[in-house]
Amino acid sequence: MSHHLVEAKDLTYVYPDGTKALQGVNFRITHGEAVGIVGANGAGKSTLVMQLTGNFLPVSGTVRVGDYPLTPKTIPQIRRNVGMIFQNPDDQLFMPTVYDDVAFGPLNQGLPLEEVEQKVTEALQRVGAYHLKDRPPYKLSGGEKRTVALATVLAMSPDILVMDEPSSALDPRARRNLIQLLAGFRHTKIIASHDLDLILDLCERTIVLSGGQVIADGPTIEIFNNEKLLAQGHLEKPLVLQGCPVCSRK
Amino acid sequence: MAKLDMAWRQIRRLDEIASQQTVIHQLDPRVKLIVTFFYIVTVVSYSKYDLLGLLPLILYPVFLISLAELPLKYLLIRVLLATPFVFFVGIFNPVFDHTPLFQVNGFVLTGGWLSLAVLLVKFGFTVMAALILAAISGINEIGGVLLRFRIPRVFVMQLLFMYRYLSVLMEETGRSIRAYQLRRCEGRGIHHKAWGSLVGQLLLRTIDRAQRIYQAMVCRGFQGELHLSRRNNKAGIGDGVYLIGWTCFFILTRWVNIPGLLGRLFMEARL
Repeated sequence: MSHHLVEAKDLTYVYPDGTKALQGVNFRITHGEAVGIVGANGAGKSTLVMQLTGNFLPVSGTVRVGDYPLTPKTIPQIRRNVGMIFQNPDDQLFMPTVYDDVAFGPLNQGLPLEEVEQKVTEALQRVGAYHLKDRPPYKLSGGEKRTVALATVLAMSPDILVMDEPSSALDPRARRNLIQLLAGFRHTKIIASHDLDLILDLCERTIVLSGGQVIADGPTIEIFNNEKLLAQGHLEKPLVLQGCPVCSRK
Repeated sequence: MAKLDMAWRQIRRLDEIASQQTVIHQLDPRVKLIVTFFYIVTVVSYSKYDLLGLLPLILYPVFLISLAELPLKYLLIRVLLATPFVFFVGIFNPVFDHTPLFQVNGFVLTGGWLSLAVLLVKFGFTVMAALILAAISGINEIGGVLLRFRIPRVFVMQLLFMYRYLSVLMEETGRSIRAYQLRRCEGRGIHHKAWGSLVGQLLLRTIDRAQRIYQAMVCRGFQGELHLSRRNNKAGIGDGVYLIGWTCFFILTRWVNIPGLLGRLFMEARL
């Protein structure tokens, strides 16, 4: 079986206060796919991505990542396969320097120090942030923080990248750089976002969530051209698919 | 609020200074800790009137500040901030100790004044040494050394997490107070009626934030143990020279009164 497979069957999650965040979610993501997860605020996107790294365990149903079903015992193996990038990079960068932060994962994997150094260097070079290695993370710009957060995950050589709102709070140039960077990765990518233009650029497939349920799962371009479906999910067509604001008025 | 922001920046500043790559910063952290410990023990071991004997020990901070490129003003301000505490500890020395020691141009220097001066100098040297250690090592290195010295892991983890979560707490406090002040039209500070809810909110928000950081940590394989050793820290020749050099210097200053010796030599040369 491929390490890159991600599968959810009848996945249900209820928060301790009784809020039903996910109800019977089903999907299967295979090797090398890039899948966008879109939906309104509170639709269950963040809860879903948290399930994929075992931060939350399903109340019922199953999640399968690669060769392992998600259970408390398999969480360490699953986390070796899945790299998670959080919505707020400040939550992810907590060490005194960028180098220490990127080294955090490989050190936890028990790698020898020489190999850790090599992995850190490779990951930082890959995202073009090697020059930041001795800087404290809190002094970086939003775009730099995001690329370093990406490097912290890449240093662990995951097969699958899971991202929660990767473009939030980025300026247009930093956002474009991030899109170009992610487009160059061959990992299986799962991106939860409100930024439909980013999803359109990066993902050939999209899953639409509404009220904790999957209301559509198919090719991104078809879904984003279905205005009725988008309205049902509190979404709008991505800007690139909308008419030109100047020409369409004429 | 401004004070909180400022305090926070100062703590961060120390982290920044500690991440420099000077010769001193690259020494083995164990050696740095041992030398600091020897230095503090040496300083404290001087008698309460031995001001002259203490003076050569100023070379240690001077040497490190210049070689490690540490900001002198920043460190001096930190030392001065803590000085009042010691000053009040020793303020009664001149009142109780009237032993005359020297007479210079009719002015009699009593033991009380001299012991107060020695106390302040000892305090300045030891606090400066501790600050320098923090500025040339960083919290993670210090944690790593404590582990190597067989301090129980649970205590070291407590220390490191406390340091880490302090930043989370201060950031959240800063935000809450800023939001409060922006909507408080008059008066200064925080009204006592708002204290309870502010602290409660702060606790919940901090727990929430700490939870997210923890989740980010476990996602990267954290299993309850921090791996601190950043690079190979095998003690080299430089570390040996640093340790032996300073230790010899401390012993020499402790047993030989260098200023007295220099003074005698100077006087003999004049005669």
